[in-house]
Amino acid sequence: MAGHSNYVPQSAAAKWLESRLPVISLVRGSFVDFPTPKNLNYWWTFGGILFFVLVAQILTGIVLVMHYTASTDAAFASVEHIMRDVNFGWLLRYLHANGASMFFIAVFIHMFRGMYYGSYKAPREISWILGVIIFLIMMATAFMGYVLPWGQMSFWGATVITNLFSALPLVGEPIVQWLWGGFAVDNPTLNRFFSLHYLLPFMIFGVVLLHVWAFHTTGNNNPTGIQPKTKQDTLPFHPYYTMKDLFAIVVFMILFAYFVFYIPNYLGHADNYIEADPLVTPAHIVPEWYFLPFYAILRAVPDKLGGVILMFGSIAVLFVLPWLDTSKVRSGTYRPLFKQFFWIFAAVCVGLGYLGAMPAEGIYVVLARILTAYYFAHFLIILPLLGFLEKPKPVPASISESVLGGSGSGKPAGAVAAPETK
Amino acid sequence: MAQQDTVEPTRRDFLYIATGAMGAVGAGALAWPFIHQMNPDASALALASIEVDVAAVEPGQSIKVMWRGKPVFIRNRTDEEVAEANDVPVDELPDRMARNLNLSADAVASDENRGVEGNEALIVMVGVCTHLGCIPLGQAGDFGGWFCPCHGSHYDTAGRIRKGPAPENLLIPPFEFISDDVIRIG
Amino acid sequence: MNTMIKSVRGAMLALATVAVAAPALAAGEGPHIEREQWSFAGPFGTYDRAQLQRGFKVYKEVCASCHGAKFLAFRNLAQPGGPGFTEEQAKVVAAEYTVPKGVDEYGDPVEGPAVLSDRWPSPFPNETAARAANGGAYPPDFSTLAKARAVASGFPGFVFDIFTQYQEHGPDYIYNLLTGYEEAPEGVEVPVGQYYNPKFIAGNTLAMAPPLYADSVEYTDGTPMTVEQYAKDVSAFMMWVAEPKLEERKNLGFRVMIFLIVFASLLYFTKNAIWRNVDH
Repeated sequence: MAGHSNYVPQSAAAKWLESRLPVISLVRGSFVDFPTPKNLNYWWTFGGILFFVLVAQILTGIVLVMHYTASTDAAFASVEHIMRDVNFGWLLRYLHANGASMFFIAVFIHMFRGMYYGSYKAPREISWILGVIIFLIMMATAFMGYVLPWGQMSFWGATVITNLFSALPLVGEPIVQWLWGGFAVDNPTLNRFFSLHYLLPFMIFGVVLLHVWAFHTTGNNNPTGIQPKTKQDTLPFHPYYTMKDLFAIVVFMILFAYFVFYIPNYLGHADNYIEADPLVTPAHIVPEWYFLPFYAILRAVPDKLGGVILMFGSIAVLFVLPWLDTSKVRSGTYRPLFKQFFWIFAAVCVGLGYLGAMPAEGIYVVLARILTAYYFAHFLIILPLLGFLEKPKPVPASISESVLGGSGSGKPAGAVAAPETK
Repeated sequence: MAQQDTVEPTRRDFLYIATGAMGAVGAGALAWPFIHQMNPDASALALASIEVDVAAVEPGQSIKVMWRGKPVFIRNRTDEEVAEANDVPVDELPDRMARNLNLSADAVASDENRGVEGNEALIVMVGVCTHLGCIPLGQAGDFGGWFCPCHGSHYDTAGRIRKGPAPENLLIPPFEFISDDVIRIG
Repeated sequence: MNTMIKSVRGAMLALATVAVAAPALAAGEGPHIEREQWSFAGPFGTYDRAQLQRGFKVYKEVCASCHGAKFLAFRNLAQPGGPGFTEEQAKVVAAEYTVPKGVDEYGDPVEGPAVLSDRWPSPFPNETAARAANGGAYPPDFSTLAKARAVASGFPGFVFDIFTQYQEHGPDYIYNLLTGYEEAPEGVEVPVGQYYNPKFIAGNTLAMAPPLYADSVEYTDGTPMTVEQYAKDVSAFMMWVAEPKLEERKNLGFRVMIFLIVFASLLYFTKNAIWRNVDH
């Protein structure tokens, strides 16, 4: 992180601080003077957008806790109290509820960007793995947060998801009871979920710092996938990327505000405005939209344990992605076949999301099985093979050259790629 | 930006200033909901008034009721206590204001202005010491009124501060008689 | 290599087929709900005060005998963005109802007329009593009901809903249900204590008898006293009960959107000014 700053303290006070705690040069080295490839496109702004959403979620969450009551008797009423009586309570709650969805929209784009441009490849494996860890903690946080309003979907979503662990042989039942603190989802469950829902975002924050540290050590990836070679290839982070990210964040805020002010309940489920009733299960239990692809994978398997294993496997496979992709070329820009498979994969993920919202019967199950198989085949078969079968396009010699010569169509100046033999 | 630029530098400066100013306005406006949410909410502001039957309070007795989360003292004073309160010249009081929300803000702290109109023996006060919010003890202190044990404030039989660190007389809440025996506070 | 590209194309084609076929199959779930015109729909929607007052009257005289609204406080009737009653009118309404008022000096519970800060008293002391009085069915509380009912739009409707800002599933459903009672067709068995209504979200029959009849609630402003009008008014009222801050939300939303769009434009030009000498 440090080491990029040419900061020299000027005032006596700054010198005094710098010799004791070099925090100014740390911040400047990481977020002001940090050399950033000059060709980052708007897909790269989602890192900054995610940081904004994380902070927004933490802030709205902290103030919501000032009015929320974590108890099965009072949780639903306290949320309605926030919506009706608390000053701007409706705004804060809608910001927080829709903020979770915004977080996932941004994180999915961020992950697909990383996959397209090969940001997971050496030397950025650690940054990618930390990102997957963040994604896992995010999912846990979102799931537990959805339980807190204590509506019907809260209750039954919690019941179904915690019951996943009962699939484990021998230890399943004890683990589920340990999670619940009883024999069903009840007050102890709600209280522990509340506690963890408050804790986990701060853990995300910590892992985010590690995530940034990791790719600041290796340097950012960029659309060409080539390491910057000279000073001409980079720009200081401030003001170039601070302003670009800020612009992107405000554009993202427009989308966010559109949901919050005009369709605040669009992404939620109507049944969650019914107070939890342990005696009545809703006709269709549907998780929040961001879990739907994983939910589809879970239901695609007729075996309980098998479904659970595949669902967790669908995320676990991301951890080893850096070693599954055998291609020597980093960026998808120069990989004609990979590009096609990438978009098929993206479409498969959307398709799985759609199937996750449909009832698990008939044609939907068949389709879910096909797409699930494809999901895993993409990582375990297609990506390893592509590295050997695919003939990449010539990669430009440097970032500056690619910028001046137009993307990818520049003359093959480097010896990185073999000449075209088509 | 040390860049040399001779083409319309003023327009660019204006752009930066306008953007910065707008950002500052936006940040300020965004902060308001986060601050305002801590103010009393609509349900707290609408809290019910309470009704108290004061017929059962004998001379020399007092009762304590809860109103808006705070105790309200209702005391039926003896004739001696009323006389004692009337004997004190207002000019000698540390706080000369009546602090009675049923009267105008500049009413003086005479016993007449502290007691209940038409029933001078009765006095209704918020039982919260005006120093730092403790609850004073009844029929105690150097002046036979109330005594706050936290920091030693002495109130007389009309609830007026006489000695100690408290700056003001005990507050008299808004109330009215809705029948001969029942008052509604708030 | 060529075979590979072919197989990719094949996969894409298959996927496209799935994408088209699946939604076609998905359509037709749940009852068909006609969408109504609502004054509170869209980016500038506001409640129609007179409609909310009429809807309140229908609720008070018809629905409230079985359905509570436990999060509705009497003070809400006079708050901005609501039916527009004056505080005095709301006090009069409140005083018609009896609510628990704590305990007397012996510790026995006492009751008294409601005041503005009280919430709407439920018609039954608890769920068991409500079920016992209603043939085993529990009349749901109205507080959030208009947000708790939605018949899925299906594909591609749910995509369009984003742009049309459709958030009126609840009142549409309630209106359709209230006007949807009809004679059961030949061959459909209607259980005792149930009523046939093809608009009901969970089956064709429900335990609620048709609640509205023409001329059963007196309108004094010349609005037609029909079942359709009652249904429409009470649906709008229920939407307000469920979402009392809707007007404040849309009002603030418009100002926020204008601000963000202007701010984003300024930032765009600022960003371009900073980047103007960089090839990227």
